[in-house]
Amino acid sequence: MTIAGDLHLAEPEIHVGPGRLDDRPTAVALHNVTKVYRSGRRSVAALDGINLDVRRGSFTCIVGASGCGKSTLLNVLAGVDTPTSGQVTVHGRAGLMFQESALFPWLTVADNVALPLRLRKTARTTRQSRVAELLELVHLTDFADRRPHELSGGMRQRVALARALAQEADVLLMDEPFGALDAMTRDVLHDELERIWQQTGTTIVFVTHNVREAARLGDQVILLSSRPGRVAATFDVDLPRPRRIEERGVSDLATEITRRLRQEVARHGRHERRR
Amino acid sequence: MAATNAAADAAAGDHRAIGEATDTAPATTTAIDPVTLDHTAAVLTQVESHLAEEIAGLDALDIDDTPRRRLAGLWSSSWPKIAAVMLALAIWQLVVWSKWKPEYVLPAPATALDRLWAMLGEGSTWAMIGTTLRRAATGFAIALAIGTLIGIAVSMSRFVRTAVGSLITGFQTMPSVAWFPLALVLFRLSEGAILFVVVLGAAPSIANGLINGVDQIPPVLLRAGRVLGTRRLTHLRHVVLPGALPGFFGGLKQGWAFAWRSLLAGELLVIIANKPSIGSQLQFARDVNDYPAMIAVMIIILVIGVLIDSLVFAGIERGIRRRRGLTA
Repeated sequence: MTIAGDLHLAEPEIHVGPGRLDDRPTAVALHNVTKVYRSGRRSVAALDGINLDVRRGSFTCIVGASGCGKSTLLNVLAGVDTPTSGQVTVHGRAGLMFQESALFPWLTVADNVALPLRLRKTARTTRQSRVAELLELVHLTDFADRRPHELSGGMRQRVALARALAQEADVLLMDEPFGALDAMTRDVLHDELERIWQQTGTTIVFVTHNVREAARLGDQVILLSSRPGRVAATFDVDLPRPRRIEERGVSDLATEITRRLRQEVARHGRHERRR
Repeated sequence: MAATNAAADAAAGDHRAIGEATDTAPATTTAIDPVTLDHTAAVLTQVESHLAEEIAGLDALDIDDTPRRRLAGLWSSSWPKIAAVMLALAIWQLVVWSKWKPEYVLPAPATALDRLWAMLGEGSTWAMIGTTLRRAATGFAIALAIGTLIGIAVSMSRFVRTAVGSLITGFQTMPSVAWFPLALVLFRLSEGAILFVVVLGAAPSIANGLINGVDQIPPVLLRAGRVLGTRRLTHLRHVVLPGALPGFFGGLKQGWAFAWRSLLAGELLVIIANKPSIGSQLQFARDVNDYPAMIAVMIIILVIGVLIDSLVFAGIERGIRRRRGLTA
């Protein structure tokens, strides 16, 4: 998918952390992507000259304060929204997972996971074995015949993850998928997601407002500034996996990202006062 | 269940507190030992099986498997109904005893129920009930088809909605008796006239139920369907129609009530020779001053209405609601 628009000169980006030689092919590339929302005479730039390069099979986290255009960015990547200018390249199909599990309450867990396969007219037997595999992957085999309302929030998100994986998307876009879960469940799901990502090799773009979560999960963490959304910093994360949320490297990185995030927020405050 | 949630919430609070403290002063995290992991395959598998155990443990705590008490539910839902019927009969009897009207005009419950019992023993009574129920079924089926098609058209197209949306509500509020003059002009004294009125009574409710059902689908489900790759028709089939089912069912129930009322009004007004029905029997009993029979027929009408609502509609609706977790 390529959406072409006007091209501008790239803004300089700040790279923090050890730069890594990565020769894997690009899965997602944004070049100078700008999104302006107009209502009458007013216009608001949600995204302003975003440059982004996501390698195939990598885990990219996007963090930012409110109004950084995280949702706009995901919509642009998912092809739901088109950028005002700039170029978006997504190699392959993009799948999307939300903060709400958005499971269909009238379908069982297995039927929810099977739906994307049905929509692509996958043969019945292939479908059944694929659903069984995916439920095994998210440890929900015993709950195949349950309805979503019988599950806990964490279990629903795992079903949603299995359903998103059933789309066989090349790039999985996740919009604060664990934002509504309690801390205990969230920590366990980080471990689960990391394991599943390593097993499946899917490219993941994960949007969150939780800095520690981003440091826990990402190969690279992109910090967006707010109003307009710009890439303020890119952190390459070289910590070994599997990681733990409480380990030193993760908390040090989270501290560093938070410091940068606060600078951005403060800069915004000064900017507001001047106006 | 509640206790688990409370504990989890407390954990969430603690977690945030630690997170915020480390952001400004990293020294506070030294209380938690940094986990060092050896990256051998053995350790990985160990970590994985440990993770699987953790997951299974969380799931077990989160699932509420308290069995439902069904028999107790049946009794507690039926005794108030029995009590209400007894109370109604008692009031009726009291009115008769008060001699407000002579007994040949307002018969006592026992007289009417005796008559009802005798009527139920005659084949002709069942034939007339059969005629009426056949008309109800035909009319309701036609209304279902028309109402569903209109409902889908309105909920799928903004243009159709603006054009006929409010008209449907207008049709719904129109008393069915008001259609009869037109029905008689169009169809004369025939089955067609009765069906015409039944369909016009029920179809708008069914269409409106479907439209409301579609409007009440959470937007995130519509979005999820699109993301998973639905096209126009598959979206309707896999997301919109199943999502609208609870609201649609409400419409069906209301549509049935309107159909039943319109049908009885129709049978009172449009009497077809040699084809006795519940409505014509009611009219006939009045004409020959057979008041116990008149009240017996009224009881039949009431009981059929209640039975169809509670056996057919309430049962299916309860099933739909339970499967989606909409029951308390």
